[in-house]
Amino acid sequence: MDIVNQLQRQYVDFLSSLYREGLLDDQFLQIQKLQDESNPDFVNEVVTLFFEDSEKLLHNLAIALDQQHVDYQKVDACVHQFKGSSSSIGAQRVRNICVSFRTCYDAKNLEGCLRCLQQVKDEYYLVKNKLQTLFRLEQQIVAAGGAIPIMG
Amino acid sequence: MPQTKELLHVLAVDDSLVDRKVIERLLKISSCKVTAVESGSSALQYLGLDGEKSSSVEFDRVSQGLCNQVNLIITDYSMPGMSGYQLLKKLKTSSALRKIPVVIMSSENIMSRIDRCLEQGAEDFLVKPVKLSDVERLKDYMLKGQGEDDKVKAAYKRKLQEDDPSSQSLSKRPPLVN
Repeated sequence: MDIVNQLQRQYVDFLSSLYREGLLDDQFLQIQKLQDESNPDFVNEVVTLFFEDSEKLLHNLAIALDQQHVDYQKVDACVHQFKGSSSSIGAQRVRNICVSFRTCYDAKNLEGCLRCLQQVKDEYYLVKNKLQTLFRLEQQIVAAGGAIPIMG
Repeated sequence: MPQTKELLHVLAVDDSLVDRKVIERLLKISSCKVTAVESGSSALQYLGLDGEKSSSVEFDRVSQGLCNQVNLIITDYSMPGMSGYQLLKKLKTSSALRKIPVVIMSSENIMSRIDRCLEQGAEDFLVKPVKLSDVERLKDYMLKGQGEDDKVKAAYKRKLQEDDPSSQSLSKRPPLVN
């Protein structure tokens, strides 16, 4: 019983910090609401799709920006998609970098784009890491026989 | 072929895999049957418009229930190839399909875009990310049917916004001045 309470408290503190630090926004809560007994892994599934999608986009962005003649429309297409998917799961800081990224490629500012690419990578891997920690905590709670606290 | 009375059938169109998964779940939780496709052309194919037959042939196919029946089409605006707006236009100029309510989703809250879509006959314009409360309203469109004139519908929506700024989808627009 103690272990479960401890883990649950850890979970709540950890998730709260993610909201506080702006890594996640209300949309993540919306996504969690879509999980229930009939779809117990929904959040994990969506977030996994997001990870796969994002890594492909980051890869494509790196290639697009590495060309002699940068195709800024390609860059736009990638960043637009990244902005959309990060927004859909509530990865707020990733989404915000995508917004600034747009200013750079609209102005065809290669240096600015490369900076944004690095920033968006950093934010992405940070939120990925945090979400993976969150899922591990969830698994530990369930393994210890407890229920995942519902927040908000 | 008549639809099962209980479940309204929604066709969701979005090129993003993440968004398709989310919208599908949102609709299923709202007790809808969902078909999710990734492009406008897939949507048209699903509905029985393959672009090559004459519109009267298509109309016959649709009215004979030989094509998939849906109660609502919800589509993303920005998609590679055919945009949501282009899909909307095709649907509204098809005699067979123009009665199906269409809702547009977009991550960008641009007035001229919203107006253009409403004028082209869209029922509503949802700003992404889409939430459960956005989706619950959609059932009203599906159940209401197609009684009203398009202009009346657009005017009604503007009035809703002025009367109730908390209305979910349109509240993300700046207030309209009549």
